[in-house]
This record gives sequence, structure tokens and C-alpha cells, in this order.
Amino acid sequence: MSGTFVGMPAFPTAAREALGDTQLRRNLAHATRTIRDKRAKVVAEVEEWEELRLAGAGVKEAALRDLATHLETLEDSLTRAGATVHWARDAEEACAIVASVTKAQGADEVVKVKSMATQEIGLNEALEADGIAAWETDLAELIVQLGEDLPSHILVPAIHRNRAEIREIFRRRMGAVGRPAPDGLSDEPAALAGAAREHLREKFLRAKVAVSGANFAVADTGTLVVVESEGNGRMCLTLPEVLISVVGIEKVVATWADLDPMLRLLPRSSTGERMNPYTSTWSGVTPGDGPQEVHVVLLDNGRTRALADDVGRQALRCIRCSACLNVCPVYERVGGHAYGSVYPGPIGAILNPLLNGVTDPQTASLPYASTLCGACFEVCPVRIDIPSVLVDQRAAVVDSHRDDRIPKPEAVAMKGAAWTFSSARRLARAEQASGLAGRVLGRFSRTTLPGGQAAAGRLPGPAAGWTSARDLPAPPAESFRAWWLRTNGGTDGGQDGGGS
Amino acid sequence: MSARDEILAKVRSALDGVEPAYAVPPAPRVPDRGDLAALFVERVEDYRAVVTRCAAPDLAGVVAQVLDGARAVVPPGLDLDLPGAVTDDGFTAYELDRFDAVVTRARVGIAETGTIVLDHAPDQGRRAISLVPDLHVCIVDAGQVVADVPDAIALLDPARPLTWISGPSATSDIELDRVEGVHGPRTLHVVLVS
Ligand code: SF4
Repeated sequence: MSGTFVGMPAFPTAAREALGDTQLRRNLAHATRTIRDKRAKVVAEVEEWEELRLAGAGVKEAALRDLATHLETLEDSLTRAGATVHWARDAEEACAIVASVTKAQGADEVVKVKSMATQEIGLNEALEADGIAAWETDLAELIVQLGEDLPSHILVPAIHRNRAEIREIFRRRMGAVGRPAPDGLSDEPAALAGAAREHLREKFLRAKVAVSGANFAVADTGTLVVVESEGNGRMCLTLPEVLISVVGIEKVVATWADLDPMLRLLPRSSTGERMNPYTSTWSGVTPGDGPQEVHVVLLDNGRTRALADDVGRQALRCIRCSACLNVCPVYERVGGHAYGSVYPGPIGAILNPLLNGVTDPQTASLPYASTLCGACFEVCPVRIDIPSVLVDQRAAVVDSHRDDRIPKPEAVAMKGAAWTFSSARRLARAEQASGLAGRVLGRFSRTTLPGGQAAAGRLPGPAAGWTSARDLPAPPAESFRAWWLRTNGGTDGGQDGGGS
Repeated sequence: MSARDEILAKVRSALDGVEPAYAVPPAPRVPDRGDLAALFVERVEDYRAVVTRCAAPDLAGVVAQVLDGARAVVPPGLDLDLPGAVTDDGFTAYELDRFDAVVTRARVGIAETGTIVLDHAPDQGRRAISLVPDLHVCIVDAGQVVADVPDAIALLDPARPLTWISGPSATSDIELDRVEGVHGPRTLHVVLVS
């Protein structure tokens, strides 16, 4: 198991706690609204956006369907370009490779470009245990690392922090790990970015080893691509002597030309810009320019598990733009931490179960962390049908409990329903009982639904979980079958069924 | 089994029964936007980069004016007479950090996105010199400007390291407010020569 935060409670518990944090909700609402508006504006500028999405989805789908061939081509092109290719089955293997390459240089620190893959495998913690300091250089990652915090968004990991909180973190923590924050640091974003520039520059200039991920890996040319904004990526990819890139096997695209739809889709979906400030591409080693020793770690860590799932496979098309987080009504209210993983939001709700299976309660709660409203599918640049995968994963969670010794209440209820529905007599008796409940509730209930229908408030017993956040409509006093009998199929003019 | 063979075997078995051939729909082209140079200038300026347009004979004078006495490093193949500029000689990162500015040419400009791409040929120099100094003066020939991303991809050689630059270094990590200038050059000055 990896990619999930150790010891996190299941989603409903974590979400309830997050909902109580009004500062967090304010920060999130502001941030997600800002980025949603920016995205909408630059997407509207592209008349052929839907065709572009189809092309982007197609590029990734084609790469996945013939993944083994493309991986072998990639390995071959990388090796010819002077890179060393490693393969890692899981997080532990990947971390061990990075540590051993770093140690072979006699280095005790690495500078890092923001990378979801290295977060997923817990690289910083593994390196620390090996006596190697890993410095995050992306501003938001720096805020998270200095604050000893957890990331809560794919693109802006410190989205849950506002400027005043960031200033405090910088003032208190920078000095302990390098150049301290300047005296009288204000909470202006420009001043905070300036403090990060000063703090990190000494680390960039002296670093011998850098660790990155990659947004794309081009099989036919052996080219890795890193898309970024701040220039910290360029620093890491250019100045150190040794570069180690940890790349999930699903990052492959077949050809150089395939980068076209991807580089048009990603920045507009992600930061809401026509193009991000910096994109670096490199193919192995370039003599006299940049790192002269280049390592690429191709990482599985559950990806082949997801690949084998016919419905879930499409989740591997994800280019981590985070558009689905920003439009998600659930994410906007609870934030990223409640998902308990480096992959939060709608994509996290499907990716974590697909990569890890639904055997632990935390991961098994994720497919339910959605209203299935479909906003995520609409914005996804590679057209991942997240709602369908969520429904399919819910089925997987139910399936995983089929052989439980003590069945879940839903399973008992469903069994009972099947027994009742399979006999006309049993059904009629159940309908009479339900009609009685409806008449009683209609008279005494104090809860009404929009439109005036009476409803049950919070029910006792096993139904409490369901009704604690929902109103259960009172059943009609007369069932359809009873009404049909009484009115001879409606021909006797008996319009009034009573009850509702 | 090695990790490599095991992963490849797992990939193959995961895709058992999946048809490997898949027709990718072609990526659409943007409609004709007319004057590419004008669009390029507008879009570069949108990122709060500075753009100066000039005629070829005036180039050296314009660049000298932009530098305004700043200590500049230049690539060996720049081919421009700039008094006081120092040609890159394999400086260390620390040495580069003492320059205020860098002057390079470019490989291609993209009008639709306001992007400049460097392929680090001798007139642009190795990647480090256009990264460490705080002011990047980038000379783009109007003839190098193409319409959109696919045109640039078709021209570029993936075997070379490439740097795509769209405005100065920036971050939106604090409350999603865009701030120009983090680790890369805080000022990008594009000189468009026609
Ligand atoms: S699932 Fe789609 S929208 Fe969500 S992060 Fe991935 S690519 Fe972006």
C-alpha cells in the first residue's frame, strides 16, 4: 500500500472534521472559484476544444492499449540517448533506486521538482531514513514541507493555506533548514515568492543530484517532458550533475507528434493559462549542457492492477491537471486531506481504489465520496468518465464483502427485498405495512420535503446512517397495485390515491 | 524474474484480449488568425513580458538599450556586437549567478500561446545561461513565428533539449494569485525583429 496517508480515517469521518473548519472552507472556496473562472475563460477561447479533448483522450488511450510495446520502445530510445533505465515494481523498489544513485554520488541531499509519482511512493521520507535530505522546490510544496503538512491539491498542494498562514510558516521554519526569511516579511504574495527565491537559490546552486517526475514520456524519441511555472523545474533539470526521473508507466505517449494535443490541453485545464511559463523537454544526456548522468525509473506501483480493469483503465489517461478537483462540489467543501491520499478529489476517488484495491476501509470509502453530478467528466481534458468508474468501484466494494461472515446491513436489506419482491403475496403484505406507515407519517411527521410531501426524520437503528443527512420521503398510503385493483385500472375514476 | 520482465509481463496480461490498435482522432487546427507577428506580440505581452519591435539593422542598438549597462552573458553564437557582454565559457552556476542579464536568440515563436522555444543551439547557448540571470533578452525573428503548438512541434528536433518559455517565471501557489518572478528570470524582454 502506498500513495495514501497512513492512519487516515475513512472519508466520511475526515470530511465531517474538515467541514467544521471554516478557515479551510473559506480558503478553498476562494481558490477553487478563482481557478475555475480562469480555466473557463481560456477554454472558451478554443473553438475546437471538444475535438481537442477527443484527440487528447485518443493519444493516451492508444498508448495504454499497446503499453508493453511502447515501454520497450521508450527504454530503447532512452538508452540510446545515454540515459540509464531502471524498473520498479513498487514504491519500495523505486525509493531504493533513487537512494542508491544518490549515494553513489556521495551526495546527502537532492533538490526536487514537484512530482506526484515521488509523493505517491513517499520518496522524501524514504530518503530521509537513508540520511538524504530531499528539498522540495515548488513554492506550494515548500510551504507544505516547511509546515510539516500534507498536500491537499494536485496542482496547488498548499491550497488550504492563506497568505497569513504562509508567512508564519516561512518566518518560523525557513531558518532551521537554510536561509531564513527576511526580517519584516509581509504577507504579500510577491514578497512571499521573493523569500522562497532567496531561500532556495543556494540549494539550486550547490545541488549535485536532482529528482523529478515527468508529465509525458515520448516512446519513439526517449524524450521526457516537465511542465511547470516557477523555474524551479528548470533549475533542477539543468544545474545538477545527476538527474533521476521517476516516471509512472502510464506517462508514455507513442510519438513526438502526440505531444501536440497534450501541450494544448494541459495548461488551459490546469492553471487556466494559454501556456504555462516553462516546459522543458530532454532526451537522455546532451554533452556540455545539463546533467551528464541521467536516470529514469519506470514505476508500476499498482498501475498494472488498474490497467487490468476494463472500466477503470481509462483513469490511467489522467494527466494530473486537477480540473476535476476544482469543479467538484464535494472537494470544494471538504478539501483534499479528507481523501487521505496524494491523489484527492474525483480522480483520487477512483485512482486510489484502482491502484490499491478496496481492501482497507479508508480506500473503500472513496468511491462514495461523490454526488455523481458529472462535472468532473465534463472538464476532464482526456475525457475520463469518472462517474462511471465511481459506480463500478462501488460495485467492487460491495463485491469485496460478499463472503463476509457478518453481512453489511445493506446486504441484509437487499436479500430481504429480493425475498419480498419474488412473491406477490409477500409483496402485497409489505405494501399494506408501508401504506400504514405512510398514513401515520403523513399525519404526524414534522419533516416535509419541498412540494409538501411528508418525510421521516432521523430513523433509529441501522437506517440512522442513511437518514442522518437525508430525508426519507414518507411512503404513499396506497400502493400502485392496490390503487389499480380499487379503481379497475383507473377506469372507475378513482383519481384520489390518498397519501401524497 | 527481473522487475522489468515482471512489469512487462503484468502489462501484457492486463491487456489480454484488448485490441492494441487504436485510431487517434486528429487534433484540430486553429482557424487562420491573420497577422501572426501582431498576435504573437499581443499574447507575449499578456504574460506581462516586455516586447520591443525593431528592424534588423537597429538590433544591436535596441538590445544595448534594453540592457542599459546590465552585466550580460551571451552564447558563443549570438553574432551581435554588444559592448561589455561576456561570452559563455562554461561558467559554473555560481559564476552565472553574478550576471544580471542574458541575451539569446530563439528557435521558434508560437503566436497562439505567446510562447518562445529555445533549442539551445549555439546562438542560444546551453540551458543554464538563459536560466540563472534575472533578465532574459530574447531575440525572435518575425519569420520564426508560427501559428500554433502543432506547427512548433513539427519544426522542433526532440533530440535537442528544448525550453518553452511563456512569459517570465510565475507562480499561483498563494491563494491562486499570479505573481511574476520566482526562480527563473523575473523579467522577460522579447525583441521581435522584422
Ligand atoms: S482526471 Fe481528468 S480532470 Fe482530473 S486531474 Fe486527471 S486529467 Fe485532469
